[in-house]
Amino acid sequence: MKIHEYQAKAILRKYGVKTPAGEVAQTPEEAAAISKRLLDEGASLPHVVKSQVLVGGRGKAGGIKLANSPDEVREVAGRILGMDIKGEIVGEVLIEQGIDIQREIYLGIILDRSRKKPVIMASAAGGVEIEQVAADTPEKILFVAVEPWIGLADFQIREIAAFIEIPKSGAKDFAAIMRGLYKAFTESDCSLAEINPLVITGDGAVITADAKMNFDDNAVGRHPAIAALRDDAAEDPLERKARELHLNYVKLDGQIGCIVNGAGLAMGTMDIVKHFGGEPANFLDIGGGAKAEQVAEALKLIVADPKVNTIFFNIFGGIVRCDLVAEGILSAIKSLPDWNTPIVIRLSGTNEEAAREMLKGTDLISAATMSEGARKAVEISKRAA
Amino acid sequence: MAILVDRNTRLIIQGITGNEGRFHGSQMIEYGTNVVGGCVPGKGGMTELDRPVFDTMKQAVEATQANASIVYVPASFAADAALEAIDSGVDLVVVITEGIPTLDMVKVYWAARQKGVRLLGPNCPGVISPGKAKVGIMPGHIHKEGRIGVISRSGTLTYEIVKELTTHGMGQSTCIGIGGDPVIGTSFTDALELFEADNETDAVVLIGEIGGTDEETAAQFVKDKMSKPVVGFIAGLTAPPGKRMGHAGAIISGGKGTAKEKIAALNAAGIPVAERPDQIADLVRDAI
Repeated sequence: MKIHEYQAKAILRKYGVKTPAGEVAQTPEEAAAISKRLLDEGASLPHVVKSQVLVGGRGKAGGIKLANSPDEVREVAGRILGMDIKGEIVGEVLIEQGIDIQREIYLGIILDRSRKKPVIMASAAGGVEIEQVAADTPEKILFVAVEPWIGLADFQIREIAAFIEIPKSGAKDFAAIMRGLYKAFTESDCSLAEINPLVITGDGAVITADAKMNFDDNAVGRHPAIAALRDDAAEDPLERKARELHLNYVKLDGQIGCIVNGAGLAMGTMDIVKHFGGEPANFLDIGGGAKAEQVAEALKLIVADPKVNTIFFNIFGGIVRCDLVAEGILSAIKSLPDWNTPIVIRLSGTNEEAAREMLKGTDLISAATMSEGARKAVEISKRAA
Repeated sequence: MAILVDRNTRLIIQGITGNEGRFHGSQMIEYGTNVVGGCVPGKGGMTELDRPVFDTMKQAVEATQANASIVYVPASFAADAALEAIDSGVDLVVVITEGIPTLDMVKVYWAARQKGVRLLGPNCPGVISPGKAKVGIMPGHIHKEGRIGVISRSGTLTYEIVKELTTHGMGQSTCIGIGGDPVIGTSFTDALELFEADNETDAVVLIGEIGGTDEETAAQFVKDKMSKPVVGFIAGLTAPPGKRMGHAGAIISGGKGTAKEKIAALNAAGIPVAERPDQIADLVRDAI
């Protein structure tokens, strides 16, 4: 799960990480009022107006602008609010005091899956995407693995500070930021916590200009305050619906809706549809223990995508019982009286005989194997197109 | 000989009184697995599936001389259950549960390493040595005793491929589901190492998917250290970047972890990669 910059900064502030003064606004008037308040509180101009979107590259898209007065903040905010940045409509802008940037540093923490430890990445080449730095000049990134049972040690912070050349005047602030970022990462179950850029100002202070936090979806449930930050508007409506139904769904662009049990087989099913010349419309894993109602919801979800002209069920029983799946399909079709999307179905595994018996005498096109099912689905989809 | 589980496996089911634990417990017993008891805090003294239930894993191991455990406990309690199993003296801990927080699994992983306990999963279908023991949730009847090893990050895709092998007369020594999470106890390379040393395995099928670099590491291992042939399949060629494909670990992030890269790495190590599951049996036959 991702959250917005202003939300990440609010979390980091609780962990003692220094960020510029600022607040979030939903209208140009609010933006101007915040700018005025910042001025009254002694924050110097210019102020920055930053679009709050979850996609990357908002700066290049014109979603971050400077303004030299509350009036200009109002005008700039008016232009940025409602802007479409890579398909995401800007609903909020963050108004902040501008920073006197002398140097930009990258600081990030990820969980390294092969090392099974949190790894801190630091680079003096900040302000750009770290993937770019890693590709062009990997020697400019320092990787520091943190032993999970020891935690971040002070000497590691000193080593990082030395590598990215933190000035003596900022050493204490940097240590507080590094410690806070690591604590926030572990205590909030992040998959990524990133400050990019961390800015060294003209007078040698260290401050967080931009922050990003992604969370482990498996752990969000135990952090209700973080779960509440989920931005539904930034999510595809069908994907949101699927999440609410506890279905693993990812929308693609093709015509063949795939309903599969198990993530690996669901990927394999998309691949085999493509292999036989068709285009999958989605990834959908109805998961272990999928009940009849869940299968019915899955069917409704798939046909809600107007591009879908054929459905391919590929079920291999392990945890999921084939007779329950058959029951779900039949009840779903019954609940959708004007059903006209052809269904190719392949059921194999636990209780498959009972399932086949239940599906006899219906319009469903059955297939004995995954390849046969995919071939049939592609054929039908092409005829329907 | 097979690997990880066989007729000497003495299994405790953690969560034996839950729906999943009870259902799959009865399936394992039916298959012939030596299930010696269950562990459910607060339910010690009960009997389930004709087996004694214990409050703690230590009590269970002491009373039954169990050497393995399987965890069907819900995600919020599963990491603790796995830690308890690791501390109890068993040699193998299989975690079926999906949805365990990753940072919890980091602790479990290092605890298992420290105690020298073999951890399998989480978010995996378990392990089966056909004809000997089934410690997991896979349908037993699709398997057949034989000399092919299978390692996979997924469940049902593995069943699909195992059924192909069985249909073509190629039985399996052991089939291992290593799990679909980003942090798992046993990697492809760990499993390959076990199969290389197993005198009842002639060839190995490796079933990978997008996300991480475990397949690439395994390819290097095969090139440098394996004498037995390995055949591969990688799922997720059509997966879009940045999207989690069901499994918590199946995500292309920062342009890394694509199926294309993995297939290239396997091919470069001399491992033939099937384009579809039903080509694997032929590739295995050619390789042996």
